[in-house]
Amino acid sequence: MELNSALPGGPIQQRWDKHRAELKLVNPANKRKFSVIVVGTGLAGASASATLAELGYNVQAFTYHDSARRAHSIAAQGGINAAKNYQNDGDSVWRLFYDTVKGGDFRARESNVYRLAQVSVNIIDQCVAQGVPFAREYGGYLSNRSFGGAQVSRTFYARGQTGQQLLLGAYQALMRQVGLGKVKLHNKQEMMDLIVIDGRARGIVTRDMVTGVVRSHMADAVILATGGYGNVFYLSTNAKACNVTATYRAHKRGALFANPCYTQIHPTCIPQSGDYQSKLTLMSESLRNDGRIWVPKSKGDQRSPDQIPESDRDYYLERKYPSFGNLSPRDIASRAAKEVCDEGRGVGPGGLGVYLDFSDAIRRLGEKVIADRYGNLFEMYERITGENPYKVPMRIYPAVHYTMGGLWVDYNLMSNVPGLFVLGEANFSDHGANRLGASALMQGLADGYFVIPYTIGGYFAQGGLTAVNAESAEARQAVKDAEQKIQTLLSIGGKRSPTSFHRELGKIMWDKCGMARNEAGLKEALTRIPELREEFWQNLVVPGTGTELNQSLELGLRVADFLEFAELMCYDALQRNESCGGHFREEYQTEDGEAKRNDEDYCYVAAWEHTGVGKTPTLHKESLTFENVQLATRSYK
Amino acid sequence: MNLRLHIWRQAGPDDMGMLKTYDIANVSEHMSFLEMLDVLNEELIAKGENPVAFDHDCREGICGTCGMVINGRPHGPLARTTACQLHMRTFKDGDEIYIEPWRAKAFPVLRDLVVDRGSFDRIIQKGGFISVNTGNAQDGNTLPIGKPDADRAMDAAACIGCGACVAACPNSSAMLFTAAKIGHLASLPQGQAERSSRALDMVLQMDTEGFGACTNHYECEAACPKGISAEFIAQMNRDFVASALGGKA
Repeated sequence: MELNSALPGGPIQQRWDKHRAELKLVNPANKRKFSVIVVGTGLAGASASATLAELGYNVQAFTYHDSARRAHSIAAQGGINAAKNYQNDGDSVWRLFYDTVKGGDFRARESNVYRLAQVSVNIIDQCVAQGVPFAREYGGYLSNRSFGGAQVSRTFYARGQTGQQLLLGAYQALMRQVGLGKVKLHNKQEMMDLIVIDGRARGIVTRDMVTGVVRSHMADAVILATGGYGNVFYLSTNAKACNVTATYRAHKRGALFANPCYTQIHPTCIPQSGDYQSKLTLMSESLRNDGRIWVPKSKGDQRSPDQIPESDRDYYLERKYPSFGNLSPRDIASRAAKEVCDEGRGVGPGGLGVYLDFSDAIRRLGEKVIADRYGNLFEMYERITGENPYKVPMRIYPAVHYTMGGLWVDYNLMSNVPGLFVLGEANFSDHGANRLGASALMQGLADGYFVIPYTIGGYFAQGGLTAVNAESAEARQAVKDAEQKIQTLLSIGGKRSPTSFHRELGKIMWDKCGMARNEAGLKEALTRIPELREEFWQNLVVPGTGTELNQSLELGLRVADFLEFAELMCYDALQRNESCGGHFREEYQTEDGEAKRNDEDYCYVAAWEHTGVGKTPTLHKESLTFENVQLATRSYK
Repeated sequence: MNLRLHIWRQAGPDDMGMLKTYDIANVSEHMSFLEMLDVLNEELIAKGENPVAFDHDCREGICGTCGMVINGRPHGPLARTTACQLHMRTFKDGDEIYIEPWRAKAFPVLRDLVVDRGSFDRIIQKGGFISVNTGNAQDGNTLPIGKPDADRAMDAAACIGCGACVAACPNSSAMLFTAAKIGHLASLPQGQAERSSRALDMVLQMDTEGFGACTNHYECEAACPKGISAEFIAQMNRDFVASALGGKA
């Protein structure tokens, strides 16, 4: 299969302008003749739905939530990057571009990243106009902070609720279009399948989560903005409902899945407290600005932290990375924590935790300053753990947070299935092997507000779309397939709940395809996952029926897809014989334990083609060229 | 700890519904309230019974999806805490806990603890936005907004749309929810152009949906997990009256 990424040529600064100038346009009067399905109402989906409706397209938006305001974009705390250079500290589009390519460990496309940095400035303007209450200085101008180890202050924020405020901005824009009748919004509808007719994406199958009705919806193009797949690990910082179903079903219908093994493990999460744990909670990484991370020097030290003298503590990040110290990037800080815990020096229940200690900062700055900076986070920590972080060091441990992989898309954000576009975390294109802090919000909104409105027009203007309807053989078959799958799940009548399978799968993935991977472990996972999948289809129990609100059934359907998708992740991790960003293969490290990239052999995007459940998928490679940023080893020492 | 739970069970919108009693053993104090319900549901599934349906998603207190009345209080006994952030250390061995859905005419029960809050979205559709198309915006810093105004806007915008205010109100009024959005946008210069029509249209929609009126109990403010102030209701009333009388808010 030929992968055509549709990258424009010429100087990188002019590529997006040139591309936009070359894209064909749809006449304003003709836009209403085109219909678009948008699945997902997070930052990417809501911004795309609203903007496409403003342009005049007929939009149908779908969400599995009860309202379009609940997608997990809402939980982002820290902020959104933009190359405004309001602080006069040397930021520029070029610098944001450079930081993002380097931070992604040279596994992202230069052209896409440059465009992202370019439109970042428009996002802030748009959000301000919508009434997003960004933090302001006393003079009334927008405030910035430095975030995620960046050397400039380019992060815009709204207290610790930036994701919420940006999402509400997009949601309100969407609600306006719903009120005007330009968007038909479908709440509580979960996508079950993609309908492909004559090689083009022409519709979706949904299940109504209240009535259980399964039906098809047809359109001229389908946009998936359905987020990431971090919940394949069961425990992650994702919301409970986040799942891979929409993108994975599209994958089974022919869309290539790119770099599924690239997962981001966030270093500062609250450790697991028991077997009943349902999710992990992120503590903003801004805490690392003042907190010092340490573990006892000796294995199995059971003393309480205040009884451990300085001389018996190992501030391992400061020791190993003197220039970045506690502010080392996420992938590096996470791996270092795992290392010390593997050595048996972890703290707290099960030894899976390290201390994040504010006592020095409190001594230096006083409790009040620390409370002003982190008061709400300290409160949240205490609410969850019952411990007061002003008195006792916090305990933190890394957790799955974001997935850089996703459906393969070209420069137009279109997958290899014509008419299927993929936005936000659901695609793979901008973050390479590791995402920088405050860049997820930026990408979701860039895709939805400023990229898809142009590129989808180019697709429609090419013509060739024939009329389709729900009576077509493909649509009827897809509905039948979905109904069949639901019936099968309900009729197994075994003993184990969907959650119990999900937990077991998550454990396999965390142990074998988590923070560190190796060949033997991945091969073991590739044996155990199919076994677990087999048991799932024989021993699952889903109470209730398909024609009612049935949360066990919803979960069962999602877990069924995770059980297939997990295998794909392991295949990807196994073929990538190098370490890069969030993908750390133990066999490929330097003498002092740092990730060892192999640009000679692995400077490519791994795009996988589905060949059948349980069959080895086919690998297609899109090679990456770096003309503007020199390939270099990331060093934070 | 061991607990006795009395949970509202209702098979569907047309079912009468009733409280059913469940005993649950060995609850850890570190569990969240929803994790305790997860454990109960796994036990119910193992016994071949239908698990309790309840809404939830982020489990970090920000998405606004979860909501249940716990011992008569929306989101339970802790102030400024959503049900998902409530932990079992708040309870003690032997406690009896009553768990019910939000109860309001405008929030019909779909199943057990799950209600339909579509009415909130329809209120927002009537004007809870600034009419600006993508691409219209000028540079963000061309419009300075004083820090107190920006802070006040943020105080109101922190609403998570969970519906606890409605559940707490003896009149099932959605005044705090509606006022929070009106107050957010009225605090900002960008929100002035549509200020009058916004207040009028959103309040009318609130009435159409079947929410009650405010009689100053302030239960909404006490139940709000984000601590939104009832002052915004006063501001909304002023904008509404001015607008209804044909003036400018």
